[in-house]
Amino acid sequence: MTMKNIIQNINKAFDHRIRLGIMSVLMVNESVDFNSMKEFLGVTDGNLASHIKALESDEFISVEKQFIGKKPNTKYSITPIGKKAFQDHIAALEKLLQSK
Amino acid sequence: MENKDYLEDLKEIKNMMSKSSTFLSLSGLSGVLAGCYALIGALVAHLLIRDNDYIYITLESKTFQFLLIDALCILLASTITGIVLSHNKAKKNNENLWNATSIRLLTNFMVPLITGALLILLLLNEQVYGLVAPLSLIFYGLACFNASKYTFRDVRFLGITQIILGLIAVKFSGFGLYFWVLGFGLCHIFYGAMMWFKYERK
Repeated sequence: MTMKNIIQNINKAFDHRIRLGIMSVLMVNESVDFNSMKEFLGVTDGNLASHIKALESDEFISVEKQFIGKKPNTKYSITPIGKKAFQDHIAALEKLLQSK
Repeated sequence: MENKDYLEDLKEIKNMMSKSSTFLSLSGLSGVLAGCYALIGALVAHLLIRDNDYIYITLESKTFQFLLIDALCILLASTITGIVLSHNKAKKNNENLWNATSIRLLTNFMVPLITGALLILLLLNEQVYGLVAPLSLIFYGLACFNASKYTFRDVRFLGITQIILGLIAVKFSGFGLYFWVLGFGLCHIFYGAMMWFKYERK
């Protein structure tokens, strides 16, 4: 693989620590609710919500809204597209580090 | 972007994957203490049985009731110690004791354990006493093995050791108490100390 190809696989969508964190968590968990995600990443509500929205609009993660009693509970999971994109991203990161 | 950033990114990915899938605040020291409680409890049980002149112990006897209370005290003390020490460790790590990972750990631990406990109670009801020690070790081992996917790997080896001890104990009925001392006492102290040395000592 040429250098240019590797760089192409570095996904701009994952160019932020929080988005990287969200994807990492969802790679190893079937689904995660908002509060658990917040605790894992140690971020504020607003911050997390905006990054989730970005990943959702890229169709990398899917959102499932439901109610537990009267409390709303939102669960997030990774989509097949998201999984593929993130795996390519990790592979590209590793290749870049090896090539230097 | 710099090389260093890529490395940091990969580290962050690994860190988040392990943090969100495993509960790492499980306290090794609480394992050591649980083992000590088990040894004390076994000593008490030994004295109770001796005072009973080693006569066959039935479900209705006073001795059996004392043995049951003895076992429940150990269980309670171990559970409380485990919760308190893991809570402290979680606090140090800036985690909640009750989060998605600890709940998953607990669920995977409790299902085999409760299955075993119910089976033992059903067998006692059928007057099958000889299998209490082996089965409790086997099912506790299975519970540890099952839960180990969500915490330190050491718990897996603790589980395997308990299962093997339990299977051997089937062949040595009448020596159940000694196998309990080995399994719940010494194994807990050994693996707990190992975890403490590896992850907590600083």
